[in-house]
Parts: sequence; structure tokens; C-alpha cells
Amino acid sequence: MPKALSLRNVTKVYRNGFEALKGIDLDVEPGDFFALLGPNGAGKSTTIGIVASLINKTGGSVSIFGHDLDREKDAAKACLGLVPQEVNFNGFEPVVEIVVNQAGYYGIPRRQAFERAEHYLRELGLWEKRRDMARTLSGGMKRRLMIARALVHEPRLLILDEPTAGVDIEIRRSMWAFLRRINAEGRTIILTTHYLEEAESLCRNIAIIDQGEIIENTSMKRLLGKLNVETLVLDLAKPLAHLPTLPNHTVRWVDELTLEADIRKEDSVNQLFTDLATADVQVLSLRNKSNRLEQLFMNLVRENRPS
Amino acid sequence: MSLRRNLIALQTIVIKEVLRFSRIWLQTVFPPMITTALYFIIFGGLIGARIGEMDGLRYMDFIVPGLIMMAIITNSYANVVSSFYGSKFQHHIEEMMVAPIPNYLIILGFVAGGVARGLTVGVAVTIVSLFFSPFSMHSLGVTLSVVVLTSTLFALAGLINGIFAKSFDDISIIPTFVLTPLTYLGGVFYSISLLPEFWQGMSHLNPILYMVNAFRYGLLGVTDINLWLSYAIILGFIAALFTFSLYLLNKGHGIRN
Repeated sequence: MPKALSLRNVTKVYRNGFEALKGIDLDVEPGDFFALLGPNGAGKSTTIGIVASLINKTGGSVSIFGHDLDREKDAAKACLGLVPQEVNFNGFEPVVEIVVNQAGYYGIPRRQAFERAEHYLRELGLWEKRRDMARTLSGGMKRRLMIARALVHEPRLLILDEPTAGVDIEIRRSMWAFLRRINAEGRTIILTTHYLEEAESLCRNIAIIDQGEIIENTSMKRLLGKLNVETLVLDLAKPLAHLPTLPNHTVRWVDELTLEADIRKEDSVNQLFTDLATADVQVLSLRNKSNRLEQLFMNLVRENRPS
Repeated sequence: MSLRRNLIALQTIVIKEVLRFSRIWLQTVFPPMITTALYFIIFGGLIGARIGEMDGLRYMDFIVPGLIMMAIITNSYANVVSSFYGSKFQHHIEEMMVAPIPNYLIILGFVAGGVARGLTVGVAVTIVSLFFSPFSMHSLGVTLSVVVLTSTLFALAGLINGIFAKSFDDISIIPTFVLTPLTYLGGVFYSISLLPEFWQGMSHLNPILYMVNAFRYGLLGVTDINLWLSYAIILGFIAALFTFSLYLLNKGHGIRN
């Protein structure tokens, strides 16, 4: 079965000489929920722009479900739905028209386009707003409108470029649930996001891009398995006069009521608490210092860059 | 399958374009009616009464075809340049770029929108003209074909302006400094036979002269120019502008990095 997305040696050099992509290879399996992560300016949006035919590539090849984007452009485009990072609909058009017109661009007859628009606008909680001018929607609604528009031709591959940026947590959670559902129904999803807990929660596979190169491409499970050390933040019952020394763990002072303790993968948490009790440190509560993926992401990007 | 898909895509662009200018009719259809009424009152009525006849016609009757054609030209052009630049500015041109629509269909869709506005304004201005001049139709075929071909030509020109435009200033420079002077000097208000020989010759370099005269022939049966030459020039310009705009879109000029 062909890959949902396959990039081979894709390069992009902008007119000003900036080399945005340095020959990337990437495969996404059908049905996958795939994260494409990277710092700002790493090449994520350029990659997505090339796949969506919004940016001309300099070299290499792109195929979507086996259709080469140069040789079978129409077939490749028909397989793809895009939710871009920036709002890119006409704010002076009613919501329903934006979705219906997009269906029309893919050759879907108008009556069927209205039926599909109703389906997806209802799914995404926008049906009541169908006659409103798109510019009057809230930020979260605009994002959902772009998702409805991207889905109206029922693409096999959906690419979402930071779909939850600036969206409140309630709407973000409902969008996650919706994306999980359409992925479970068989649609391949590629997601870029700066909320790494979003990628960790949703995606099964991941690629990290930095400075125009793929620096990691693996399963989420395997990537998280690389994390050797986690940092726990400990809230203490009484103030400490000095930093305790523990035989098996490194601890750091945050303030008189808070400590940070590093715990290796092979260490036992029980041992940490035994050591803390021996040092007469009473812990009220604990939490992870940061998102695990965030920590890995920072490590990988740091390692990739010349010191 | 592909033909049907393409026809639906074209229909969608045309509907979108027609709805766009219809929704803002107060900015798109109504102003040319007011402007043309003023031209009729001031030039046709007040000044024209002192001018007398032009090419054997009452001056008011002589300027009717030119004024209708002027409204058609400026509105066909303005519709496409503002719509295409607007879609670039707001990035919703990307809606078409991600879809499997051939570039020639994007051109046809935008041009059809421009022609639709040109024709709508043409009909509206013609209705206004009936208050000042009796309706006359020498040849329906010539009139309709010249209107459609001329608005197609200027819709294509507006599209090319929209493709090149990088700011709102860029979409007003050509209409102000090229289109308006050429239209005024294209025999809207006078017969070129009034001009000295040198300026008559120079006027023949102005393509709008051919369109105004062909249209005047369609309505009134009088023209300064050979009708078939007018058709040849209009069709030649359409072919050249279509080819150029297709080349620009295929290259992604102004829309694709």
C-alpha cells in the first residue's frame, strides 16, 4: 500500500539564497497520526507549503498516496486537505459559502456540497453561524471553520499546521476529540504544533525538523523511551534551612519550600522518598517539572546545533 | 470525470465572483450609474446642446455608446484586479491553489466574474441613458459580441495587474494613469475625424478606439474604424493577454514562493 505521504530529497532554496530545506526524506503511513515538530523557522511550514502546492520546491519529489505531485498533480491534490497556520478565508463571505465553494473547487456538485458543509459545520459546532460573515467569528471558530473547509472534499490525508494556536483549552480538547475520531475512522493526520503535550497526547509517530533537516523520525513511544532522567518538583511541608544531600539522587534548591529532584529511569521513586525521609524532608506534593516531550525536543535541537 | 469536475470548479468560481460584486452593489453597480447620469447631464445636455451634431448624430446620442463602453471597460477591469489582489492579500487564493483546478480555469473564472460585472453595469448604464437618449440598436450581434469581447479583454488586463500588484497602490496606478486617459482619448466624446491628421494617426494606436467605435456601430450604425479590424485587434489582445496570464500563473508569479 502506498505511503500517505512520501518526501524524497526535498530541497527548497528561496530567492534570497536561504536554504529552508536541505534534502529531507519523510514517510507517513496510511492511518497514522503523525507529528511534525520543530522550532520556529525550522522548515515545517515550508514542507507543508510544498506538499500543499503553495510553495514551489527546488528539488526532490513528493507523493501523496502514491500520486506524484509533479506527474499526477490533480490526483495528489484530491487526497489532501490543509488547515493552514494563518487564517486564509475571505472574511467577507458567509461561513457556509466558504465550505461549499471549497467543495466546488474539488468538483463536488453544489447540492452535495451543501449537504457535506452542513455535516461538517454541525460536527464542529458552527452550523448556527452558517450565515454569519466569517470575519465575525471568534478565533476558535475560525480554526474550526478551516477544519470543516479542509474536510469537505473528504481527503485521505489531513495536514493541520498549528490548528490549536490561540484556542482556549475547552475548545482545544474538543478539537482533539474530533481529530482522534476522524483518525480512528481511517484518515491520516499530520500535525504541527508548539504545544508538545498536544503531540504527545495525539500522535503515534513523530519527526523533528531543525534548520531544514529531519533530526529525528521515530515512534512517539520510542522517542519518549530515550528520556533517561525526569525532574520532579517537590512541594515541602516545612521550610528548609539548607539543601539536603541525598545518597542516590541529585536535588536542587528552588526556594525554601520547593526542591527539584532528578530521577533516572532505573531509579525507584520509593528510594527517593526513603532518602528524603532520612534527611527529614517532608513532601506535601510532587509534579513533573516539564512535559517529557518538551525536554527531549530541547535536547535534540540543542544537540543538532553547533555549540 | 475530469471535465465534469472542471466545469463544477469553474461554476463555483463564477458564482463566488458574481456574489462578491452583487453583495457590494452600492460600491460596484450603483456608482457608474450616477457618474454616467452626470456625464449625460453635463456633457450631453448642457454642453452638448451648444456643440450640435457629431457624425450626423445629436451629440447626446453620439456619446451614449462611448459612455456605456467606458463603464463596461472600467468595471470589468476593476472587478478582476480588486478581486484577485484581495484574494492574494487575504491569502484565500490558496483555497484554489490547493485544489485540483487547472490555472486556465482560475483565469476563466475570474474573467467571467469581470465580464458579468461589466455586463451588469453596461445594462444599468444603458437604462440610465434611456432618460436622455432614445434606445437604438443597429446590430444586436455586433453590440453583444463587442461588449463581451471588450469586457473579456479588460478583465484579463485587470487579472494581470492583480497578479503583479504588491500593494493597494499598485491596483490603482494602471486604471488612473493608463486606462482612464486611453478611454477618454478613445473617441468616447468626439469623432476622431475632428482631429488633425497627425493625432488621427496617433489615435489609431489606442486599442480602446476600436472597441468604442465597434460598439457605436452596433448601436448606431456609424464608426470611424473598419469593423473587422476592430474584431481582429480585440481578439489579438485577448489571445496575448490570456497567454501571458496563464504563463504568470503557471510560474506562480506573485502567488507562490
